[in-house]
Amino acid sequence: MNKSVFLGTLAATTLLAGAALAQGTSTLETVKARGELNCGVNTGLVGFAAPDASGAWQGFDVALCKAVAGAIFGDASKVVYIPTTSSDRFEQLTSGKIDFLIRNTTWTFSRDTDLKMDFVGVNYYDGQGFMVRTDLGVSSAKELNGATICIQTGTTTELNLADYFKANNMTYTAVPIETNAEGEQQYLAGACDAYTTDASGLAATRAAFADPENHVILPEIISKEPLGPAVRHGDSAWGDVIRWTMNALIAAEEFGITSANIDELATSSQNPEVQRLLGTSDNLGAMIGLDPEWAKNAIKAGGNYGEIFAATIGESTPIGLARGLNAQWTQGGLLYTPPFR
Amino acid sequence: MAVVTEEPKAGFRLGMLIYDTRYRSITIQIVVLFLVMLGAAWLIDNLLRNLAALGRGIDFGFLWNRAGYDINQTLVEYSNDSSHARATLVGLLNTLLIAFLGCIAATILGVIAGVLRLSNNWVIARLMTVYVEIFRNIPLLLWILMIYTVFTEALPAPNAFRGENPAASMVLFDTVAFTNRYTAIPWLVFDRSLGWLQLGPIWLNLDLTAIIVALVGGFLINRAILKRATRIQEATGLRPTTWWQSLLALFGPIIVLKFVLGTHFDYPSLQGFNFTGGLQVSNSLVALWLALTLYTAAFIAEIVRAGINAISRGQSEAAFALGLRPGRTMNLIILPQAMRVIIPPLISQYLNLTKNSSLAIAVGYMDLRGTLGGITLNQTGRGLEAMLLLMLIYLIISLTISGAMNVYNQSVKLKER
Repeated sequence: MNKSVFLGTLAATTLLAGAALAQGTSTLETVKARGELNCGVNTGLVGFAAPDASGAWQGFDVALCKAVAGAIFGDASKVVYIPTTSSDRFEQLTSGKIDFLIRNTTWTFSRDTDLKMDFVGVNYYDGQGFMVRTDLGVSSAKELNGATICIQTGTTTELNLADYFKANNMTYTAVPIETNAEGEQQYLAGACDAYTTDASGLAATRAAFADPENHVILPEIISKEPLGPAVRHGDSAWGDVIRWTMNALIAAEEFGITSANIDELATSSQNPEVQRLLGTSDNLGAMIGLDPEWAKNAIKAGGNYGEIFAATIGESTPIGLARGLNAQWTQGGLLYTPPFR
Repeated sequence: MAVVTEEPKAGFRLGMLIYDTRYRSITIQIVVLFLVMLGAAWLIDNLLRNLAALGRGIDFGFLWNRAGYDINQTLVEYSNDSSHARATLVGLLNTLLIAFLGCIAATILGVIAGVLRLSNNWVIARLMTVYVEIFRNIPLLLWILMIYTVFTEALPAPNAFRGENPAASMVLFDTVAFTNRYTAIPWLVFDRSLGWLQLGPIWLNLDLTAIIVALVGGFLINRAILKRATRIQEATGLRPTTWWQSLLALFGPIIVLKFVLGTHFDYPSLQGFNFTGGLQVSNSLVALWLALTLYTAAFIAEIVRAGINAISRGQSEAAFALGLRPGRTMNLIILPQAMRVIIPPLISQYLNLTKNSSLAIAVGYMDLRGTLGGITLNQTGRGLEAMLLLMLIYLIISLTISGAMNVYNQSVKLKER
């Protein structure tokens, strides 16, 4: 008895000690030495991160993993995808099991500070919405008084929901669920009237239904949900790699660099910023500990931000999300990358 | 016992701690204990240092922050403005509720199944064997999910009760509605409620307290009446008529209470998305309760069977020889003796049931694991603190159950006189 308790404590403490040690060195060095990138993604949200029919991970978040792998190794396939649930994702990150987290995670004050993570940017500007059956005859979230609502526990949506119903003087019954798949099942069985999560997640979930036309996403967006990648607090060098890889994808769209014309532009472009970005002039890569062609490899992995968006969650896909806030600043959106200089 | 021998006069030397067999074992034990404590201290120190290095020292202050989330089943007043500590209390009460309901139902079902498994009726005995083997040998989590899924998929949604020709209708004279979210049943409400009494952090429901006092008081008075009747019978040979006194003692206080509080039934009715009024017993509670009961009762049945088999056949033969009927033989001769064998393993089944109730999160029943160990942990990110607190609370619950059952065990165990 005493012995097993002792050994258990020993194991637990050694783990913690190991995690602390791992943070001593830069994650970039660790990843380079390992030869693979451990990317924490959703357990399965079509369009953002889900395995396809052949078991290969696909999606908007997955594309960023590939781009980062491209930037570091010049090979987008060197990624290990680690599915994380809404409740274990932060532990996975702080314990060092994943190198960075890209799992529809909202950037909030307390997560950035108290939970010791660093959000390095926003790859999707989202907001929380509601999905209901069309035959319920509900056209506004304000009509949901008394409804039973399915919600993923451990998410910001849980708190937003409580706040929204309180502000509008309405009541509801929460059905807490652990994963999106469980939420789908409960919602489809009619165990809840409405399903709430980020609007992009709702669109992705609806796209996977057998009868998407019988479900409607209500117009109210009740919160700001800037979703973005997060790294461990205190590893700025690694945070820079993720941040600027993402910025490179956004800048590529702004400058019209696509996966089709990237090789041509790398040699022929006269735009100094494009030259710097693609490593033709200057050596920006060396400043963050990467190859001169890091950004070129990142963009080649899946195209620029716009190409990735269109291929995974855009209007031509079953998910059917419009660019909206996620358009370039020149198009009236919020995407605005600092200059590559 | 103690044999007093002359101590050798030779003085104590330090070397005797190792070479003298009288002291050696004690020396070794003390050294090992010291090393274990040293190791534990080193591990805990290491843990605290590492947490401090991460900037995550142990701090329970988060318990007094606003929780911000809602809980679907609250036995005491709670809103999203309450603190995390309050949410923990709500979860704790939900855990205790399911543990209490589960232990009672599992005991009743387990005793019946255990006795029936020994039945001379071949069909009944085999049926009970099948029940026990099926429930004992499939993981509990699967049973919980299975029962919950059946409720969710098979029962109608509340809006199926709507309209001129509803797809589903209420049963028992339109008073009870089975839906895939909850069962809505009529519930007593009090016109002149006594309200709540606040004793520090604990809120006492005075109505409920009054009812419990009336019931327990009536029961105790009735016992006193019967005791007195027995005493008179033993002294005089004549047993006084007590049935009307018993009736008065058992039901009088409750009836008086009913008029004082002014009770009426509140019936559920469909309004908006859901039924309102009455009491809504959530399917997660029922599914969890059923699964825990059926699973634990299978083990209890085996314990009961073992207990009964442990009683010598001569006991029942002697009882039959005295002319006792089989039912009375079981109740008066076999079960009281079997209790001595049954109680100790039964305690661990109660503990198992209570701890297994932490699987509640699988069906969204907000027990202690769901509130403190689930949402509070996720929203505050205080994993270590929440888990430590959770372990401490479960430990206290288990030790309390174990202590209470041991007191009972003392009263039924074989008394050597």
